[in-house]
Amino acid sequence: MTADIHNWVQIGSLEDIPQEGARCVKNGDMTIAVFRTASDDVYALEDKCPHRNGPLSQGIVHDGCVTCPLHNWVISLETGTAQGADEGQTLAFPVRLEDGRVLIDLSYSHQAV
Amino acid sequence: MTKKKLVIVGNGMAPGRMLEHLFDKDKDAYDVTIFNAEPRVNYNRLMLSPVLSGEKTYEDIITHGDTWYAENGIRLHKSSRISEIDRTGKTVTSENGVTASYDKLVIATGSSPFIIPLPGKDLEGVLTYRDLDDVDRMLAAARGGGRAVVIGGGLLGLEAAAGLKQQGMDVTVLHLMPTLMERQLDPAAGFLLEEEFKSRGIDVLTRANSHEIVDDGTGKVKAIRLDDGTEIEASIVVMAVGIRPSADLARSAGLETNRGILVGDDMRTSDKDIFALGECVEHRGLCYGLVAPLYEMAEVIADNLLEGASEYTGSVTATKLKVTGVDLYSAGDFAEGEDREEIVLRDAAAGVYKRLVLKDNTIIGAVLYGETADGPWFFDLLKKETDVSEMRETLIFGQAYQGGAPLDPTVAVAALPDDAEICGCNGICKGKIVTAIKDKGLSDLDGVRAHTKASASCGTCTGLVEQLMQVTLGDAYNPAAVTPMCGCTHLGHDDVRRLIVSKELKSIPSVMQELEWTTSGGCAKCRPALNYYLVSDWPDEYADDYQSRFINERVHANIQKDGTYSVVPRMWGGMTSSDELRAIADVVDKFDIPAVKCTGGQRIDMLGVKKEDLPAVWEDLGKAGFVSGQAYAKGLRTVKTCVGSDWCRFGTQDSTGLGIKLEKFMWGSWTPAKLKLAVSGCPRNCSEATCKDIGIICVESGYEIHYAGAAGLEIQGTVVLGLVSSEEEVIEYVSALTQMYREQGRYLERIYKWAKRIGHDEIRSQIMDDADKRKAYFERFVFSQKFAQVDPWSERVSGKDKHEFNPMAVLQAEAAE
Repeated sequence: MTADIHNWVQIGSLEDIPQEGARCVKNGDMTIAVFRTASDDVYALEDKCPHRNGPLSQGIVHDGCVTCPLHNWVISLETGTAQGADEGQTLAFPVRLEDGRVLIDLSYSHQAV
Repeated sequence: MTKKKLVIVGNGMAPGRMLEHLFDKDKDAYDVTIFNAEPRVNYNRLMLSPVLSGEKTYEDIITHGDTWYAENGIRLHKSSRISEIDRTGKTVTSENGVTASYDKLVIATGSSPFIIPLPGKDLEGVLTYRDLDDVDRMLAAARGGGRAVVIGGGLLGLEAAAGLKQQGMDVTVLHLMPTLMERQLDPAAGFLLEEEFKSRGIDVLTRANSHEIVDDGTGKVKAIRLDDGTEIEASIVVMAVGIRPSADLARSAGLETNRGILVGDDMRTSDKDIFALGECVEHRGLCYGLVAPLYEMAEVIADNLLEGASEYTGSVTATKLKVTGVDLYSAGDFAEGEDREEIVLRDAAAGVYKRLVLKDNTIIGAVLYGETADGPWFFDLLKKETDVSEMRETLIFGQAYQGGAPLDPTVAVAALPDDAEICGCNGICKGKIVTAIKDKGLSDLDGVRAHTKASASCGTCTGLVEQLMQVTLGDAYNPAAVTPMCGCTHLGHDDVRRLIVSKELKSIPSVMQELEWTTSGGCAKCRPALNYYLVSDWPDEYADDYQSRFINERVHANIQKDGTYSVVPRMWGGMTSSDELRAIADVVDKFDIPAVKCTGGQRIDMLGVKKEDLPAVWEDLGKAGFVSGQAYAKGLRTVKTCVGSDWCRFGTQDSTGLGIKLEKFMWGSWTPAKLKLAVSGCPRNCSEATCKDIGIICVESGYEIHYAGAAGLEIQGTVVLGLVSSEEEVIEYVSALTQMYREQGRYLERIYKWAKRIGHDEIRSQIMDDADKRKAYFERFVFSQKFAQVDPWSERVSGKDKHEFNPMAVLQAEAAE
């Protein structure tokens, strides 16, 4: 159980990410997509669509979701869950903003199978 | 704490649904093991027909991917057919030797296609239509061309026939009965369906009794012979005459079976720890082959697995044919009878046929052809046995015509006095509009706008004007239903475009605010469309919204399935040189680009470039003089040419030179959808100009301008716009045509679709006959090119959007520990 172990890592500042856009963070073999919404909320998902592993960081960000560039699946930025009729989930990481610095909790990456 | 063990035999749609219900109710009740005879995960079998016709791929129809099984802790044994159930020891064993024990067992072995015992049924090329392997076999056969004979004119047979036709085969359907789909359709609808299939070039033979499948001498199908001696050549024969429940496994385990595995209302078989589910089931004497009943059964079993007491009491089913362009819906019983009444509506011009069968004032059957939107409503009335005597007169017209809940909005408009103002912008009152409609015989909105100006400015009174037309014209008014752009608005593309101009909206947020978008920031459908409309309408003022562009237009390369990109430099008119080729070769070597290919538009495509390499690749290409080929753009792509009078002994004009001039004039322009051109030097048409969005055919007397061709999802030759005599005129006319399309096209609407909607006469009269209009279009095109002709590659080489290509952070592996 990793519930109490956090591993907050600073990855940069809010300004590094375009509004309604995303940047990538390389973490070993895994790529994490870090999104910034129109209202400056920041979310982090593994950069892999649950459908066919499309790079979510390349999608269009809208209404708390991102639309995958490969086959238009819509994924919730908060939970990583596919919306609408599609089913699937991608790994979502907790994010914290401190004075414009963005931190993500990497302890969650251990839960990936 | 040990979980009970649930074993499922079969991995079709029904058990998939059952597990979803089970996990919803209690995720931890069971340890689940699935044995699947097919070598894959769970997919949506209903969607096989779109896969066959090429409209979808296997990946598109997966219901549960491998991760779903992993996440839910399900053991899935693929390619494992269960051969034995030991009810005493409570275990199952597969053909490949895997044994699993169970506390509860669900048998969902489905059904198998019925094979008519004809001579020749085992020949190579005799196929069934049941699972993905069958579809693959049909697709493989279709690539060889020839004729497919489909035996069976029911749901599956017709879907197979339509799919094979779409894959390019000649197709004959043989049907034993006098009309198609006789179990679901009455003869009238069966006839309309037969006509529709014939109009698609599919031969339909009814009352056709197959006698034998003929061997070509090598064990392959050559032809099929009917009882009357007719022989039809065939490279494949598809049997689609029905299904048989797969009950053998249950039978050999000693469970009670008849046609299918017998179950009670609790879905248990004769063994209380064994359930049966899906097409293998026989319940109250019925076997089902449609999905709705199977889902109902699935829900019952999920509950009963958790000690519930749910009951399945049988289903009434409705049928829809999944063939693109055929709207057909049927439900219930529609045989004629003394105690039955029927209501029929026919519209010959529109190809609509509707029939309702009533008994004791309730609907017991419905057949809809050509227009099926009310199908679910009728079906609901049927299932609930609603008394319809109150709405009998208007029932057939559908839900929208029923009184009660939705009040008729036209009543309010009808009650307005003649001097009530309808259009505030132009000060038009009701009386003036009504008079214009009556005196001028206007029947559509555009006509009313043209004659009265009502709703022609800001457009907010459009709804009122339409209601007024309905009141004035009655049934003669048939408003073209407007499909909203997306779920964020009720407005269609045309209304949005018109309002952007009339209200001078110049940013995406202002469009969303002024036009009352129902979402805060739009969606992935409307944002790219709005961005295009604004770029097109305000070329000098609008600031392109980078985040509203699809990834390809954001990074100026084409994303590939693995997340890498392909790069296509511009080769003007398809011409290149040794220097250019050398530069490409060097780039390919330097960046280790895995694939290089020639495109259909006479360009070279470098595939598999890593995103972070893109700016460096462009820098090297730029040094050799290359600019972006915009192979990713909803915009001008390529101008393909032949060698023309420079080299060809038949060439009448300098087609290569003209192609280059056109491309240099038009590159960089954004259009509603991609725009591909070609110039051919003579009517032999080696550059295939007559299937392009815009094509030029050079002739001795000048240049024939063609447009609205298609050679993709649809295939269609171009239409002639007109003949001009000089290269300058070609450029003027083609630019004007492009500008007209740019201003009127709906986002993602190719030029041939736009032209079909607007009408070729209208386009010719504006571009060919009206010099003033043409010049105005041309000038607007030239103006917008001033802002569009910037090479996006060199911009990015010099640093623009550099964040796009580099990771925000690279964390050391240790940091993650």
